[in-house]
Amino acid sequence: MTSNRSRTFVLGEKKEMVESTYLALDGANAVSHAMRQINPDVVAAYPITPQTAVVQNFSQFVADGTVDTEFVPVESEHAAMSACIGASAAGARVMTATSANGLALMWEMLYIASGMRLPIVLTVVNRALSSPLNIHCDHSDSMGARDAGWLQLYAETGQEAYDNTIQALRIAEDSDLLLPVMSCQDGFITGHGVERVGILPDQTVQDFVGQYVANYSLLDVENPVTMGAWDFTDYYFEHKRQQSQAMNESMPIVEAVSAEYEKLSGRPQPIIDTFAMDDAEVAVIVLSSAAGTTRSVVRDLRNKGVKAGVVKPRLFRPFPAQRIVDAIKNCKAVAVLDRAISFGSPDGMGPLFLDVTSALYNAGACDVPVIDFIFGLGGRDMTPPMVESVYDQLMQIRDTGDRGDIVRYVGLRG
Amino acid sequence: MTDRIRVNLRDIVNNEERLVPGHRLCGGCGEPTIVRQILHAIDTPVVLSTATGCLEVSTSVFPYTSWNVPWIHSAFENAATTISGAEAAYKALKRRGNLPVDEEITFIAFGGDGASYDIGFQFISGALERGHKFLYVCLNNEAYMNTGIQRSSATPRGAHTTTSPAGEVIPGKVQWRKPFTRIMAAHDIPYVAQAAPHNYRDLMRKVKKAVAVDGPAVLNILAPCPRGWRHASDQTMAITKLAADTCYWPLYEVENGHKFTVNYKPREKQPVAEWFKTQGRFRHLFRPANEWLLEEIQAKVDEEWAQLLHDEECSS
Ligand SMILES: Cc1ncc(C[n+]2csc(CCOP(=O)(O)OP(=O)(O)O)c2C)c(N)n1
Repeated sequence: MTSNRSRTFVLGEKKEMVESTYLALDGANAVSHAMRQINPDVVAAYPITPQTAVVQNFSQFVADGTVDTEFVPVESEHAAMSACIGASAAGARVMTATSANGLALMWEMLYIASGMRLPIVLTVVNRALSSPLNIHCDHSDSMGARDAGWLQLYAETGQEAYDNTIQALRIAEDSDLLLPVMSCQDGFITGHGVERVGILPDQTVQDFVGQYVANYSLLDVENPVTMGAWDFTDYYFEHKRQQSQAMNESMPIVEAVSAEYEKLSGRPQPIIDTFAMDDAEVAVIVLSSAAGTTRSVVRDLRNKGVKAGVVKPRLFRPFPAQRIVDAIKNCKAVAVLDRAISFGSPDGMGPLFLDVTSALYNAGACDVPVIDFIFGLGGRDMTPPMVESVYDQLMQIRDTGDRGDIVRYVGLRG
Repeated sequence: MTDRIRVNLRDIVNNEERLVPGHRLCGGCGEPTIVRQILHAIDTPVVLSTATGCLEVSTSVFPYTSWNVPWIHSAFENAATTISGAEAAYKALKRRGNLPVDEEITFIAFGGDGASYDIGFQFISGALERGHKFLYVCLNNEAYMNTGIQRSSATPRGAHTTTSPAGEVIPGKVQWRKPFTRIMAAHDIPYVAQAAPHNYRDLMRKVKKAVAVDGPAVLNILAPCPRGWRHASDQTMAITKLAADTCYWPLYEVENGHKFTVNYKPREKQPVAEWFKTQGRFRHLFRPANEWLLEEIQAKVDEEWAQLLHDEECSS
């Protein structure tokens, strides 16, 4: 091993658009294909519904020799993240996947991975946290980890889950960043929903992700390093400030990787996706799969002459505050749809709402009335009539100027 | 007893130190002595992981480090898993030509008895089952010392700790020690042994044997703690010798889960009370009211020793 291990990505020369091949894949399968094409050095993972397909498919790729990844079939999710940390510290390119209770069990190690600046990519197939036990989609798992120092991408579709996985790796491993990334998709709705997914050629993906060379590695025995040291009161604070700064300054890296991938795939990769927002009076902000339903309702509303729009952030950490403010600042009423509750926050608001309203306040845009809708917990369907009722309530606020209840529920039995 | 592996002191004193002076472990602590014995017994480069605990906090105080070799700490319970990740990376990178094929690295995880017997138990078991090629070392000081002498499942029955205090009605820890070495051996891994630092030749020979096998190996090593055990800091080696001489801490090894070899048989087996007398944590056992407990413990030590000799006989 050479001693001076400055990092370079070996990128393909060509950056023109490359045609995708279209396959019928569910979201979990789409991610396992991305992982197959990336062919990481180490995958350590543990099965949990609805992520299981990712681990199963990947195990098959290993068994068939389609990849030559070292697969570590650990005995728990805590061990999965622990092994990822050991492997990443040893200079390997590392990926894993989990859901819900598995992510909760990893919690301690999430902070250790980000604190050690290890560029691990974790697919989260979102699922409700127990108790009561429920295997269906909501965002309580990854939202619980939103302060863990990981970047978070949320996918609306299997296509986005595939695209985000590939970009997540490049973002994480950028030598100016070195932070772990969570790539989230909705359990069952996206994870088990079969769609038409465009897959780039294997070589294109390989060229895009390049070769990862870690700045420091445990295996560099000529240049021994101590990792995971013990900080007293004299250093810990500065280290955490640096970590926060890295996250704060990650946006240009996410933008650059997204732009490059957009060019390569021909698929738009916005940080926040806006639909019919230019002159929107009433707007909804929503993550992941429910954005699709919302968009279709907006189309109908537009046909009826209602100036409705949708904002779907693809990136939640770091929070794209300015973009969201710019998108909604001229609206007359805005609803945030939250698929999780931040228990004990004022009136039990959702995490997305807390960040959207703080972004508005900090931008001095306090005139926009924003309300929060908690929806879809434990996999409760979000149907078009439910979305319509959200816009109805927004129109009422627009017309009366009365914000009314700030936290509301949609799809909940009376 | 009759292994041909030799430990040559002259070679050892000329080796480079891998755990260097200046660390903050207490005077008389068994841990640094054991770690140095282990690292001196290994010829290849090493990569180490260490669980949260005394060894970790005393050797990695930023911006200093006592480690002259690659070293990682990630958490309390997962030293075995962390090193198994590093070993997986080593295999992958070697296979892909990103590491020289002839680069031999020995992977070692260190954990205290709390990290090994209790919170990390499942993690070790998982790593052994998966068959990573690494050595797991339990630095066994029979309690959670880093956090102030709390009981673990390695704490012997009758010992006083801050969470199993000797009181008016309860005479110290109620439960027996967990038979960790035997449980490790029951994983049918190539090599498991129990050792103690006063017998450094035996310990270092075991290390050489452990790192030579093709698969996981475990060493459970008695590591006195003057603070927790309440003994003078110059008595460390004498105390582990007495632990072996009383058969409280037999020195033995188990190969492939079934071949038992007892490496040291005291010419005259001493009463376990002799060992207890050296440490303040057992002082209350010598009160007349607790005589029954001493007798019970002696009976248990005798029974375990007899079983060990029997196991050795059966496997020869
Ligand atoms: C998950 C978790 N629980 C508890 C602790 C607190 N803790 C740190 S070290 C330690 C005890 C270590 O004891 P042991 O493994 O016996 O090692 P020793 O310090 O005695 O060498 C404890 C309880 C922790 N760091 N992490």
